[in-house]
Amino acid sequence: MGFLHEFLQQMVNGLSLGSIYALLALGYTMVYGIVKLINFAHGDILMLGAFGGFFVLAAYGVTPLTFVLALLVGMIVCAVVGIVIEKTCYKPLRNAPRINALITAIGVSIFIENGARVVKVIGPNPKEFPTFKTVNFPIGDVNISQIQIIVFVVSIALMFLLTYIVNHTKLGKAMRAVSFDRPAAYLMGINVDWIISFTFALGSALAAAAGILFASAYPQVEPYMGIIPGLKAFVAAVLGGIGSIPGAMLGGFIMGIAETLTKGFISSQLADAIAFGILILILVVKPSGILGKNVSEKV
Amino acid sequence: MKKNIANGLTLAAIAVVFTGILAALVYIGVIDEYTAQILTLAGINIIVALSLNLISGFTGQLALGHAGFMAVGAYTTAVCIMKFNFPMLLAILTSGLVTAVFGLIIGFPTLRLRGDYLAIVTLGFGEIIRVIMINLEQITGGAAGLKGIPSFTEDILLAPALSMLWVFSVMIITIILMSNLIKSSYGRAVLSVREDEIAANSMGINVFYYKMYAFTISAFIAGVGGGLYAPFFGYLNPTMFNFLKSVDFLVIVVLGGMGSITGTVIAGFVLTYLQEFLRFLRDYRLVIYPLLLIFIMLFRPSGLMGNREISILALWQRLFKSDRTQSKVDKAGERQ
Repeated sequence: MGFLHEFLQQMVNGLSLGSIYALLALGYTMVYGIVKLINFAHGDILMLGAFGGFFVLAAYGVTPLTFVLALLVGMIVCAVVGIVIEKTCYKPLRNAPRINALITAIGVSIFIENGARVVKVIGPNPKEFPTFKTVNFPIGDVNISQIQIIVFVVSIALMFLLTYIVNHTKLGKAMRAVSFDRPAAYLMGINVDWIISFTFALGSALAAAAGILFASAYPQVEPYMGIIPGLKAFVAAVLGGIGSIPGAMLGGFIMGIAETLTKGFISSQLADAIAFGILILILVVKPSGILGKNVSEKV
Repeated sequence: MKKNIANGLTLAAIAVVFTGILAALVYIGVIDEYTAQILTLAGINIIVALSLNLISGFTGQLALGHAGFMAVGAYTTAVCIMKFNFPMLLAILTSGLVTAVFGLIIGFPTLRLRGDYLAIVTLGFGEIIRVIMINLEQITGGAAGLKGIPSFTEDILLAPALSMLWVFSVMIITIILMSNLIKSSYGRAVLSVREDEIAANSMGINVFYYKMYAFTISAFIAGVGGGLYAPFFGYLNPTMFNFLKSVDFLVIVVLGGMGSITGTVIAGFVLTYLQEFLRFLRDYRLVIYPLLLIFIMLFRPSGLMGNREISILALWQRLFKSDRTQSKVDKAGERQ
């Protein structure tokens, strides 16, 4: 009984954490699918989003309405930041060797982290994130907190929204076209620059939402909070098959559950190492990921 | 062939004399202890940055975990000396070998693939190795760190000069080995992998093998650099080897020019000194390095030197040889 109870409890925790990873992984996978770049700064966008939410909630108190406001503010701010980063740092390097863009991404990532640390309003010390009082709903022996429910519902809603945008709108069609074949999309009259910017904005907005949800579940914000979730979300994206949107969602949930199960049954210190282990394993066994397609290199 | 050996020996002799003079100056006190310490630290930074340049600059595979390799090397040396009473040289070589094994383990699953997996896996490795160091308390002292690592010598008066002598000797050996490696057929193969993997592959070059080769050697050198760091500092702590430390080396390589040994050496000295010099800026220093990275990549991706080298030998011949050989030498100099 004890085992089953613990297992179910960790599954619930895992689904909630996994939905955050899935949101973040979506940004990685969309950007990678469209410009073939690992956006190292993605985890730091999560941090910026969390701080955006922090300022709103700290100013107006925590009610359902301000929470929605915080989400909106965080997402809009981060979408703008995403576009600015893309336009200033990545766009000039689109035709440069890939390693250059990668190094720039590292630079942007550290610039955001250390910049946040230096700026007075954020500062190096962790701050407590204002969040709802935890209310537990016991179902059988398993406790589900209302924060976990909020995290899960908001993430799923955003994922549905994204899937709708990508699959059923003209913009989404253009995004898919650009990621499939950029020069051909350009020749068909698609504004490639604009689509790439839009992708960054979309990914960054999702990261901001992930940041606010993450900070609600683990109520603390600090400049370096985005590194580890960012790394894990990237692993999730690779696990699901980088470039694949359903893959990122699936990978996120698997990562979240794997992490909480490790915490519950093995050791909480190993929880970070497990992500790394999964990455190595997936690279050895099936580098294209669970839902990824095997693409052979053409000259 | 003979000329090559003669040239190599001349260079080695120049380097030895130069290092000897420098160490002597430190011993007499012309160069004060603080400056000596910065120079020694620069030497260690250069060793690790050179190893990073080998994999990122020459082979074209971005690695972000060289601080992790350095940590492995540093802890191995410390443990070898303190627990097993290894002599210094043996301990440092052991740390290089142990780190190379880690390099093999990490490289094997990642380097088979195209793309940027090495970057993210090495980044993960750098983070994980820190967690492991913190948890292996009996061996590494955990988060509190490892204190009382014996220095290169017990004589306090001699210590700065001797540390510098050790570090600079290893640095010079690394430079010589690396420049010879790059000029060898192995080195050419490695360069061809950077230029175009598909073309290299179709010319019969085993891309995976050469990437592994470069990465393992890179890990070995980084481990040796870490091995020198332990007795130089006398104290180790897992947070010393965080991600930002790896980025420090990346900045050195990028500023110097990816694929230039001379560039790395120059940038290593400049940036290590700059780091001390900019102390008055306090936390704002933290923003300068990433900005430097971004600006170099945007406006001068080749860094200071691109993939050119300054050759002392060519300079020497230009100054002292007759006019008849001049044009030949010039061409040789340019190619280098």
